[in-house]
Amino acid sequence: MTDMLTVIRPDGATKKGYDAGLSDDGLLHCYRTMLLVRSFDEICLKLQRAGRIGFSIPNRGIEATQVGAASAMRKTDWIFPSYRDFGMALYHGISPVDMMHNMFGNAEDSAKGRQMPVHFSFTEPIHFYSISSPIGTHLPHAVGAAYASKLRGEDTVHLVSFGDGGTSSLGFHSGMNFAAVWKAPVVFLCQNNGYAISCPSDEQTASDGYAVKAEAYGMPHATVDGNDLFAVRQAVSEATERARKGEGPTLIEAVTFRMGGHSTSDDPSRYVPKELFDEWEKKDPVERFRRFLEKKGLWNQTVEDTMRKETLAEIDSAAKIAEKTDKPGLETIFSDVFAEVPGHIRRQGEFLFDLVKRRGEASAGGGEFPL
Amino acid sequence: MANMTLIQAVNDGLKTAMRGDESILCFGEDVGPKGGVFLATEGLTTEFGKERCFDTPLSEDGIIGTAIGMAMNGLRPVAEIQFQDFIFPAFDQIVSEAAKLRYRSGGQYTAPMVIRTPYGGGIRGGLYHSQSGEAYFAHTAGLKVVIPSTPHDAKGLLLASIQDPDPVLFMEPKALYRAVKGEVPEGEYTVDLSTLRTVREGRDVTIYCYGAMVPVVEKAAAQAKEQRDIDCLVVDLRTLMPLDEEGVLEAAKQTGRVVVVHEAPRFCGYGAEISALIAENCIEYMEAPVKRVTGFDTPFPNTLEHHYLPDDRRVLDAIEAVYDF
Repeated sequence: MTDMLTVIRPDGATKKGYDAGLSDDGLLHCYRTMLLVRSFDEICLKLQRAGRIGFSIPNRGIEATQVGAASAMRKTDWIFPSYRDFGMALYHGISPVDMMHNMFGNAEDSAKGRQMPVHFSFTEPIHFYSISSPIGTHLPHAVGAAYASKLRGEDTVHLVSFGDGGTSSLGFHSGMNFAAVWKAPVVFLCQNNGYAISCPSDEQTASDGYAVKAEAYGMPHATVDGNDLFAVRQAVSEATERARKGEGPTLIEAVTFRMGGHSTSDDPSRYVPKELFDEWEKKDPVERFRRFLEKKGLWNQTVEDTMRKETLAEIDSAAKIAEKTDKPGLETIFSDVFAEVPGHIRRQGEFLFDLVKRRGEASAGGGEFPL
Repeated sequence: MANMTLIQAVNDGLKTAMRGDESILCFGEDVGPKGGVFLATEGLTTEFGKERCFDTPLSEDGIIGTAIGMAMNGLRPVAEIQFQDFIFPAFDQIVSEAAKLRYRSGGQYTAPMVIRTPYGGGIRGGLYHSQSGEAYFAHTAGLKVVIPSTPHDAKGLLLASIQDPDPVLFMEPKALYRAVKGEVPEGEYTVDLSTLRTVREGRDVTIYCYGAMVPVVEKAAAQAKEQRDIDCLVVDLRTLMPLDEEGVLEAAKQTGRVVVVHEAPRFCGYGAEISALIAENCIEYMEAPVKRVTGFDTPFPNTLEHHYLPDDRRVLDAIEAVYDF
């Protein structure tokens, strides 16, 4: 494989004088965000196993890629996430409560309970684009949004994140090609986490890694150690700098490993050899960053204990709030199809409201159009 | 007022829109300096520059996918798909993305955009330059489907589609591009979406049609009057989704005898929806079963396309059948 950028060595040391461009608070924020993601995973797994939410996507093993990439983006930039990018949202201050509203599909969910869990959509405090389940469709969206920013002369950069499987999709080809031709300010972040659900990389592509695919599009590329927060941050920072200068897109492949199933519905022991988990367990990205912080004097066991307790409590409380929030009203089935509810959809809504009323079924939200 | 062909009216509509709003841009395969294979975008690159009217790589998925991104970030893209037959690589982008974006994001992200595409037969285009796929798209929640049949409506509906806050598939009857001429107002005007056009008043038989079938139906209706003194009420649907259902039912009730005409295949075609709508809502007004005149449930043939496409003979046959029932 191509040379892979690594900054933090397994023992936590970096090259003498390496400056990641983050303050002590910034470094601790990165670490805390990774712990928040771990807590999110842990609590969602419990909720799903208890039947209180329907589905979740574990992030374990990918935290440094998510947080390293997010840390290179400004609040005015846009993130076009995959469904496994909790850390990008949390890093930029999207609240765990708002994310939990989506996990429970309740009335406060920005998607109004219409989507499965983990299909987040936010516009504040950063554009964290609405997630769809089909793979790779959001790559050209990022390119189009970037074209708009460029046309208006803004210096906004659009980061689009996808997995190794996503590189086989139609949207990867069209997105990469259009972005390169248009010199659009886009950062393509391929999170190569070893498996696309159960399909291993050597059955996904015959090329030498994923980053090299950029060459065919006339696009620069980088391969980075995805379990190294600084390596990801550095590559994404360089890519955003190029994009802001009008020099166009970059493809970054972050080599990492999904330390669990694709989702709560998946059993990875059916297809991931145990040795691979053992091997990657030793490369744990959170542990690696912890060692760095310790060497820098920013970490000790007390910091760890306090932070773990706080993050777990924060996510736990978010889940409790979301679980207590009402389900969406019946009218949310029928609104937002179009800007205005057309006659035929209105009539279908009125039919359902009437049916529910006649049968004396309880319905949240009253079953009336908010118009 | 100027006398224009339908394709000139489309071109005039695009220019009018782009002069009035800098956020509007046109792109697609060969739409730049060449002006599109039918010349719908002729002169746009010269007038508005290559940042607002340009050629894209040959990828329908890319054209529609990037248009969605532009639309959500403040632009108003008018993307061209060169032939509707080539739209299917972008089906996912249209159906799963553009049409569902407002719904799935609770209104946080929207895709106000227009997809212009020439559809239908009549140019000896064979299987892949002749199809009428409106039923695939009218079936999709969140997508508007508009089909003009006159130069006046082509410009007015196009301007309304561009201003619309939702994604619109604007299907242009390529057989009529240069076959019809009519008066077109200068500058800005709109024809409201989801409104019907009464092409001809009549009390005996109601005929629903759209796009390239409108002149065919007009011809058959004139023959019915001449030959049998049958007065046909001809309704141009213009917007297939969302449909003016009340208007459709009102027109059916006026005569109690209905013919639906489209060139797309019959099975699960748009005519099935019109028939069902009438059956469910005003069957008590009906004097005869609904008749459909449509393309056949086969792929679109080349040499024998004139036998595939509904023509005035077939429409007249149907008019007489429902009248004589």
